[in-house]
Amino acid sequence: MTGGLLFLIIILIIAASVVAIIYANKKAKKLQTVSWFEKQWKKDSVKATTSSFISVFVGLLIGAIILLAMCGSVDGGLKTGLEGVQLIFFGVFNIGRNASGNLVFGWNGTSIGNVLFKAMPLILTGLSVALAFKTGLFNIGAPGQYLMGTAASLIVALSIPTTAVPAWIVWILAFLSGMLAGALWGAIPGLFKAFLNVNEVISCIMTNWIAANLVTALFDNSTGPFKNLLDPSGTKNFAYVYKTTHNGVATPSLGLDKIFPGSQVNAGIFVAIIIAIVVYIVLNKTTFGYELKACGANRDAAKYAGINEKRNILLSMAIAGGLAGAGAALYYLSGNTEFKWLTYQSLPAIGFNGIPVALLASNNPVGVIASAIFLSYLDVAGMSLKYMTTYNEYITSIISAIIVYFSAFALLIKMILEGKIKISFFQNKNINKEVEIKNKEKPKEINESNNDSDEKNIANKEAKE
Amino acid sequence: MVYFIQQTLVFAIPLMIVALAGVFAERSGIINIALEGIMIFGAFIGVLIVRVLLQVGIGDDLGQLILIIAIIITMILGAVFSLLLAFASINLKADQTIGGTALNLLAPALVLFLVLIISQQTTLDIGGKTAAELFMLFQDDFGIDGAKKLGVLGNILFNKVYPTTFYVILIFVVLSVVLYNTKFGLRLRSCGEHPQAANSLGINVNKMRYIGVLISGALASFGGFIYAISVAGCSATGDVAGTGFLALAVMIFGNWKPLNIALGALLFGALKCISVGYPYIDFNGDGIFALKDLGISPHIYRVLPYVITLVVLAFTSKKSRAPKAEGQPFDKGKR
Repeated sequence: MTGGLLFLIIILIIAASVVAIIYANKKAKKLQTVSWFEKQWKKDSVKATTSSFISVFVGLLIGAIILLAMCGSVDGGLKTGLEGVQLIFFGVFNIGRNASGNLVFGWNGTSIGNVLFKAMPLILTGLSVALAFKTGLFNIGAPGQYLMGTAASLIVALSIPTTAVPAWIVWILAFLSGMLAGALWGAIPGLFKAFLNVNEVISCIMTNWIAANLVTALFDNSTGPFKNLLDPSGTKNFAYVYKTTHNGVATPSLGLDKIFPGSQVNAGIFVAIIIAIVVYIVLNKTTFGYELKACGANRDAAKYAGINEKRNILLSMAIAGGLAGAGAALYYLSGNTEFKWLTYQSLPAIGFNGIPVALLASNNPVGVIASAIFLSYLDVAGMSLKYMTTYNEYITSIISAIIVYFSAFALLIKMILEGKIKISFFQNKNINKEVEIKNKEKPKEINESNNDSDEKNIANKEAKE
Repeated sequence: MVYFIQQTLVFAIPLMIVALAGVFAERSGIINIALEGIMIFGAFIGVLIVRVLLQVGIGDDLGQLILIIAIIITMILGAVFSLLLAFASINLKADQTIGGTALNLLAPALVLFLVLIISQQTTLDIGGKTAAELFMLFQDDFGIDGAKKLGVLGNILFNKVYPTTFYVILIFVVLSVVLYNTKFGLRLRSCGEHPQAANSLGINVNKMRYIGVLISGALASFGGFIYAISVAGCSATGDVAGTGFLALAVMIFGNWKPLNIALGALLFGALKCISVGYPYIDFNGDGIFALKDLGISPHIYRVLPYVITLVVLAFTSKKSRAPKAEGQPFDKGKR
């Protein structure tokens, strides 16, 4: 019931704010002034945020509809269906069930901390994809770069003995080498794109699978050069690499474990946020960032303006790779997660999830922080859905895929918001009117707009001539 | 040798049909990066239909009928799934790569979500039966006496083959002819090269692009089902191990031309066959497994298809000629 109440309150808040905006606008129109809302509305970032919120809302709505539609085939029927809907919205705040079997919601420090922990690598893979997008490249190679970063940072963190070198130096070295490995791996598709004109999507996908095989070969328990780093204990049985705590290397938690007891969150989240802000400053306040963006906006124009576009493609892919590698390093240097080395048949989902993170943030580095936190919120909600009901956690992947789908036409949503394309409930009538007006003014255009059958159209044209 | 060629075909056939799917979409001007996702979806639908038909009580002896029903439904639903891409990229003029990626993310999520609900595990099988028992054709199915010894060629064609191989070859030939020797094919190709010119001649570009994407979806979905039958043993796991992306590479390698694609698919099929089945390959039938005895790490064989794809792309990309208007939303007023 609490979940239902929360849901109601949120809907009421949204409705109230919409009413307030409309009211303020009407008042402003009467007084012939520009209201505060309208001033804000003119900003590009506000429109981008609004279209992201629309994507999120539609994604969650479709997710809820799927859950309700499937409630016939899971145990518990409609009751489970409704619980599922509550959980995908507020699963993070779930604190179990009460005596009568209903879901109870409240402050759940563990879940909220885990949201922050899972957002940490997502911020960086999201930045990786977003930065490449800004240069007009689609970095779908983040999973491969992430894997290379994982391998490099784990190898460095576990190989340098902390008895000889202080642990914090090892941590920094491991972090930097993870970043470097990712950067080198990202540079490969960059090189192919810049100098050989190979589509970066295909080469990224190939390098992903090459990375998956390479990492497996590195840690292979019989032939791999780093098989001494595998955990031999009974339950792990050489299937996992040691946690970095085996060597005493771990990100400090800076008291976050006290605020969020039982969760995995640590200072890495601050590192991720600082990197996001640095990327924002580099992209928006420096010449280098301007050149990168110019290449993305129009490559030929950039070249004409004297920008070395090949260098910029290469650098942007390398930086993107470095960011993904850094994400992997932060994730595994936390010391509380282990890495399963037999990965040649699958790619890490965190890498692919960088794509929805970047798209949801309209490639804005600071926006990436928020969208990463949202997507990991969804992820944790999915886990509570899995544990509390008979549904499974993949519904959250469906929701993020739907968000990507809607982000694909974010431009269109933005145009609707700007009023360039009008959508009204009497659409058909309006279109008819427009057609009629056009009919009077430009009779030629009608031919093109309803050429259902080619022959008729040609016949029409001939008849007119 | 027989094993090598048959295994090569096992991988080459889905690659071939999925690469052709890519051709139909791209020749009409829509980049279909969602091939992988549509394959995953098709594999799931095909397996689900077979499972349902078997549960309803249609006997195993009607295996071929079950297969044909499953293929038809798979193709139709694959086309419906690809409507998502067509709608986003044609009507809403969205970024086609992102739209395709959305489908690639959606398909495995949707499939795994449904598979877990249907079978309470991450693999959907057809209930105890194997694909070989149901669908595989042996020499007596072709009317050849079971005891008769077939030569190498006979063994490849008429013993332990899946009928889907023949269907694919048939569809491939028919659609290649359609693409190059009919009015419809010419119109479709013109929409991928210069849609404004095509439009000025009275061709409905959007309709042509819809048809291109729908054919693409149907073929890719069929390809996914074939993958599920022949490679995955008639099970759906929400994964086709990058075959759809490999098919995209085959398509680029084949320069968007069907005949070159067929050759490219055979090459990549052979590589994939080596990477998976290298310990069992006996090239000349003397009982020596040459690739196994070389003592090269299996990781190198596994990584081979991807490395060679990259190298081949590096050499062919400068010369390759993609359809000129692919990836660009059709804008009537543009020159």
